[in-house]
Amino acid sequence: MPSTDRPAGHPPPGTPPAVTAEDVGRVFRSEYGRAVAVLTRVLGSIDAAEDAVQEAFAAALRTWPQTGMPPSPPGWVVTTARNRAIDRLRREATREDRQAQAVLLHAQLQPAEPTEEGPVRDDRLRLLFTCCHPALSTAAQVALTLRLLGGLTTAEIARAFLVPEPTMAQRIVRAKAKIRDAGIPYRVPREADLPDRLRAVLAVVYLVYNEGWSASSGAELVREDLCAEAIRLGRLLVELMPDEPEAVGLLALMLLLESRRAARTSPGGDLVLLAEQDRGRWDAALVAEGQRLVRQCLRRDRPGPYQLQAAINAVHSEAVTASDTDWRQVLALYDHLLALSPTPVVALHRAVAVAEVEGPAPALELVDHLDLGDYHVFHAVRADLLRRLGRRQEAAGAYDAALALAGNARERAFLERRRAGVSTT
Amino acid sequence: MKQYLLSIYQPDGPIPSADVLEKVGRELHALNEDIKAAGSWVFTGGLHDPASATVVRVRGGEVLTTDGPYVEGKEHLGGLWVVNAPDLDVALGWAERASRATTLPIEVRPFHDRAEY
Repeated sequence: MPSTDRPAGHPPPGTPPAVTAEDVGRVFRSEYGRAVAVLTRVLGSIDAAEDAVQEAFAAALRTWPQTGMPPSPPGWVVTTARNRAIDRLRREATREDRQAQAVLLHAQLQPAEPTEEGPVRDDRLRLLFTCCHPALSTAAQVALTLRLLGGLTTAEIARAFLVPEPTMAQRIVRAKAKIRDAGIPYRVPREADLPDRLRAVLAVVYLVYNEGWSASSGAELVREDLCAEAIRLGRLLVELMPDEPEAVGLLALMLLLESRRAARTSPGGDLVLLAEQDRGRWDAALVAEGQRLVRQCLRRDRPGPYQLQAAINAVHSEAVTASDTDWRQVLALYDHLLALSPTPVVALHRAVAVAEVEGPAPALELVDHLDLGDYHVFHAVRADLLRRLGRRQEAAGAYDAALALAGNARERAFLERRRAGVSTT
Repeated sequence: MKQYLLSIYQPDGPIPSADVLEKVGRELHALNEDIKAAGSWVFTGGLHDPASATVVRVRGGEVLTTDGPYVEGKEHLGGLWVVNAPDLDVALGWAERASRATTLPIEVRPFHDRAEY
């Protein structure tokens, strides 16, 4: 009998594998946003949707370890949440409560599970556009997106953005109240408004990535959880809007940056610049995916800022060593980017490419005309150009200016080492 | 349907020239006609300048009446619309047109639902 061959202690055939709290947590992270989006459509209320989905996950934590993972965890969560919400409405709604009655009727007519992928995709997209509505502040947009689509707790979001938890909780409560009271619609904007509104959505996702890539303060340079969350949202956007080249461009940009993360810090956690990175430590799979996406979006010939930044990073990722970098190509892409978004920060990055193609003197000339005195990177770039021109004393002064403005401990350590390198004493 | 207040914030000072006002008036008239055509219309009106305002408050049973607007400032409420709209985006659309016509900022605020009282 084959079953006697099994070592003792193994479950008999047919017994589902044990489900741990971590397994439920994984499902929570990947399915929370989808479930809240579906329930928001069914119930017409973000708060009611969140309550129902959280109840469903609490139920999952109790039952899955006993029953095993259901065949479709997302379907189980949506169905359970929907049934809980209907039960609650039945208990709480009075006969005169016409809105609750309408929701009950509507909910009962809906299929129990998201049977088609189409409407579900739309639900998440609708929720993302609702979170990123221009009537909400950027801070509220970011917090709501992480909360409702990323399933991050208020405490996690507060930690990521270094604000006290009550502040973040209040921000989220106020944003949800504004959606409800002001009547911010739960829908994807019409075609004519889409480009403007998509810009806000992409900006929020990139902001999350940037906060992870280079935390504005704190001890660690990189916050991997935020980078991962932004990439997950970026993948979702591309899945939902495959025809938007800027969405593809943003994902490509994040993947190419992400491919270098391991090489970007030394074993001690210090910042390592692109030119000095061990390129063998770059994640080849992410590089390949990012480059493929860059080619895919640029083929549409509607280049936007994210596509161009992705293309610049693709050029870097193609160079086997730093000295192989095709700086002329990088500069050409920066010329294009500066024409599209003529901001001083883009001009500053372009000047770095100018330094590689034409030398530090013309680059310094460009940098000195920029009005970026409050930005530590401006002083760091100036310092580097001055150092390369042998103007050590001025370089030291510029490093001091950068140090006075940099908030991240790892960046500060890097600048201090550079400062020591040009110190004449 | 929700109800929204659209209010115009207007700098105090000299009244713009007749041609400017004439153009603004024409655009606002067209906007009002479109709001009516959309079934959103409730009310609109322009206000006299803030010097025409009077504030009444009762303190300890005493009525105190003061000349001038409630808040002193360089800008004051210059006029308003009350519109019905299915959601904020529609109200913001009317506000955008009002802002284009008047070249002034328009604040959009939802009223409480009547059931909330």
